[in-house]
Amino acid sequence: MIQNTKAHKFGMVIDLDKCTGCGSCMVSCMAENNVPFKEDESRKKDSITWMRVYKLTNGKSFPDTEVVYMPRPCQHCSGLGDHGHSPCVSVCPATATDYGYDTGIVSQIYTRCFGCRYCMGACPYHARYFNWWDPTWPEGMESYLSPNVSPRMRGVVEKCSFCYHRYQLAREKAYVEEREIEENEYQTACTTACPADAIIFGDLNNPAHQVHQIVKPDPHPDPRNHKVVGKSRNPKVFRLLERLGTNTKVYYMSEREWVRKAGDSYLDGEWDEVKNHHGSSSSHG
Amino acid sequence: MDSALIPEGAKRCPFPKFMLGMAIVGAVLLWGVYAMFLCWFKGLNQTNMDDYYGFALWIWADLAVIAVGGGAFFTGLLKYIFKIDELKNIINFAVIIGFICYSSALLILAIDIGQPLRGWFIFWHANVHSMLTEVAFCLSCYFAVLTIEFIPNILENRQLNKVSFFHHLAHNMHGVMAVFAATGAFLSFFHQGSLGGVAGVMFGRPFAFREHILIWPWTFFLFTWSAAAFGPCFTLLVTKITEAITGKKLVSDKTVNLLAKISGWMITTYMIAKIIDTVYWAQVTAPSMGFTLDHFYSNNAFYGYWILFAEIIVGGVVPGLLLIFKKTRENPIALLTAITLGVIGVCLNRWVMVLQIMAVPVMPFDTWALYIPSWQEVATTILPVAYGIMLIAVSYRYLPVFPQELELNKPAQATE
Repeated sequence: MIQNTKAHKFGMVIDLDKCTGCGSCMVSCMAENNVPFKEDESRKKDSITWMRVYKLTNGKSFPDTEVVYMPRPCQHCSGLGDHGHSPCVSVCPATATDYGYDTGIVSQIYTRCFGCRYCMGACPYHARYFNWWDPTWPEGMESYLSPNVSPRMRGVVEKCSFCYHRYQLAREKAYVEEREIEENEYQTACTTACPADAIIFGDLNNPAHQVHQIVKPDPHPDPRNHKVVGKSRNPKVFRLLERLGTNTKVYYMSEREWVRKAGDSYLDGEWDEVKNHHGSSSSHG
Repeated sequence: MDSALIPEGAKRCPFPKFMLGMAIVGAVLLWGVYAMFLCWFKGLNQTNMDDYYGFALWIWADLAVIAVGGGAFFTGLLKYIFKIDELKNIINFAVIIGFICYSSALLILAIDIGQPLRGWFIFWHANVHSMLTEVAFCLSCYFAVLTIEFIPNILENRQLNKVSFFHHLAHNMHGVMAVFAATGAFLSFFHQGSLGGVAGVMFGRPFAFREHILIWPWTFFLFTWSAAAFGPCFTLLVTKITEAITGKKLVSDKTVNLLAKISGWMITTYMIAKIIDTVYWAQVTAPSMGFTLDHFYSNNAFYGYWILFAEIIVGGVVPGLLLIFKKTRENPIALLTAITLGVIGVCLNRWVMVLQIMAVPVMPFDTWALYIPSWQEVATTILPVAYGIMLIAVSYRYLPVFPQELELNKPAQATE
C-alpha cells in the first residue's frame, strides 16, 4: 500500500528555442479537453484556448529580426511564498478554483463556478477563459469528445488543468498495482503532441524527473525577492512575471538573452543586475 | 386623484403630470429590463466583455453606486452615533438614496454573473480569503439594514400611519434606529473596504496591487474613506436636483452647509491619504515589480496622465478645498460645482480601479486592451438610474421625506 508519499509538484519546462510555433499543442489541448468552438472564431479575445502560443520578436529590423513562439498554458501558480495562494485561488469567492497541495495543480470546479470572473481579473497571464457562449462543436464532432473530461456550460470559467484526468487515470492504475506513478505515465496532451519535443513535463519535486533536472528549482526563497520560491538555478531557465511572486510551475528555457528578458518587466539597468542571479546559491555571486 | 396619499399640507404636481413623467422614465426602465432579460436568457455574449475585460462597465457601475451610496451610512453615523441632530433634516433622503444605490448594486451583480441561478454559492461555498466573499456578505446584510431604516419612512405615509400598529411600529423603529445606524456603519466599513480590497489584493496586477496592513491593502481603507467623504456629495447633489425639479426648497441651507463642511474635511483628508498612497505606489510598489508610472499611462489611445489628474486634482483636491472654506461652501455655484466634481471624482476613481486595471498590459509582450460596452450593457447600467428616479419620485410624492419642506416653503404657499 502506498502511504505517506511526498507531495508531487507537477510542472513543465518549455524550450523556446525548439518551439516552432506549429500550434500542435493548442490543437491537442482542445481535442483532449473538449474545448468548444464558437460559430465565429475571428474575435480571439473571447475564444477559448487553454494553451495559447504567443509570437514574440526582438524588435529589431531585418536582417537582425528574431522570432520566438511562446506556448502559454495555465501557469499553475503556487502563489506568494509558495503557499498555494495563487492569484486566482485566493480571490475566488465560491472556492470554485482550488490549489492541490498534493499535486501543485490549480483546479477549476465548473459546477461550483458562478461566473463572477474575479479569477480572470486577477490572472496576469490571461490563462483563464469564460464561456461566453453555449458550448458547440461542428456536426459530428460530438462523437469525438473525451469521456474523461466534462464539457463546460455557458457562464463559467475554465482553464488548463495540466490534463488532470490523465493524472487520475495514472494514479488509479499505480494505486491498484501498489506503486508510485512513473514519469511517462502522466504526461499532458500538449507535451505528447509537440513534434519538436519542446515541452517537458513531470514532477518538480522528483530529482529523477527530467523537468527537475533541467529546472533545478531552488527550494529556498530568493534572497533578492522573498516572494519568489522555486527560482530556477539553470541560467537558461526563467519564468513569466517571476518577480510578481506568482511562483508559477511553468518554466521557459532559451539560450537567447532577449528571450529570457522578455519574460518579465525590468526598470532601466535592472536586467544587467539580475541576469546572472539564479536562486539563493548565487545570491552573492 | 391621489391627494389622500400625499403628506398633509404638502403641494404636489397634478397626478396626470406625475404619471407622464413616470411613463417617460418607465420607458427607459423597460429598455433596461429588456436588456437585462437578454443577458439572463442569452448569456453574457450580449456584452462586449471578453477574456481580457472580464470586469467591465457593470462592475464600475456597481462600485460607483456603492461609493456614492455611502452617504447613507455616513450620515446615519453622524446623526445617530455622533448625535449631530441637524442632519435629521436630510437623513430620510440619504437612506432612500442609499437604498436605491444598494438595491441597484445587487441587481447589477445578479446580471453580471455568468450563472445567476448559482449566485447563492458565494454564501454556501464561501472562500473566507476572498474579498468578494466579504463584499457579498456585508452588502447583503447592509441592504437589509437600509430596508429596515427605510421602513419607518414608508409607514409614515398619511394613510398607512392611520393604522395604529404601523404608527407605533414606525415610532418605535425610530427609537432604536441608532442600533441599525451603528450596524450599518460597521457593515459599510467592511464592504466598502473589501470592495477596495478586491483590487488591492491582486498581486498579479501591478496597477491594482497595494501594500498591506495585515490582510488589508491600502485600497481597503481608501475605499471606505472615499465613500464616507464623497457619499454626502451625492446625497447633496440629488437633493439639489430634486429641489430644481420640484421647484421647492427641501433642505435648509444650514443642514446642507453642515453636511458639505463635513464632506469637505473628509475629502481633504482622504485626498492627503490618496496622494501619499499614489506616490508610494508609483515610487516603491510598482517599481519593485518592474513597472514605471509611465507604463500605466502611455502607449494607448485612452488612458493618459489626464485621468490621474482628473481623479486626484479636479475630482478630489478641488472639491475638498471648495467645501472646507466657508466662503466657497456657502456660495451656491461653488457648492454645486464642488459636489458635482466630487461625485465625478469618486466615480472616476472606481473606473480606474476596475477598468484601467483590466486595460493595462502586464506581460511585457502583451498589449493594452480597450473596450466599448454594448448597448445591452449601457441599457442595464441606465436601468438603476431610471429605477432610482422613479423611487425618489414616488417617495417624494407620498412620503414625508423632507421634514423641513412645509416650513421652508411657507411664504411661497401663502402667496398662492
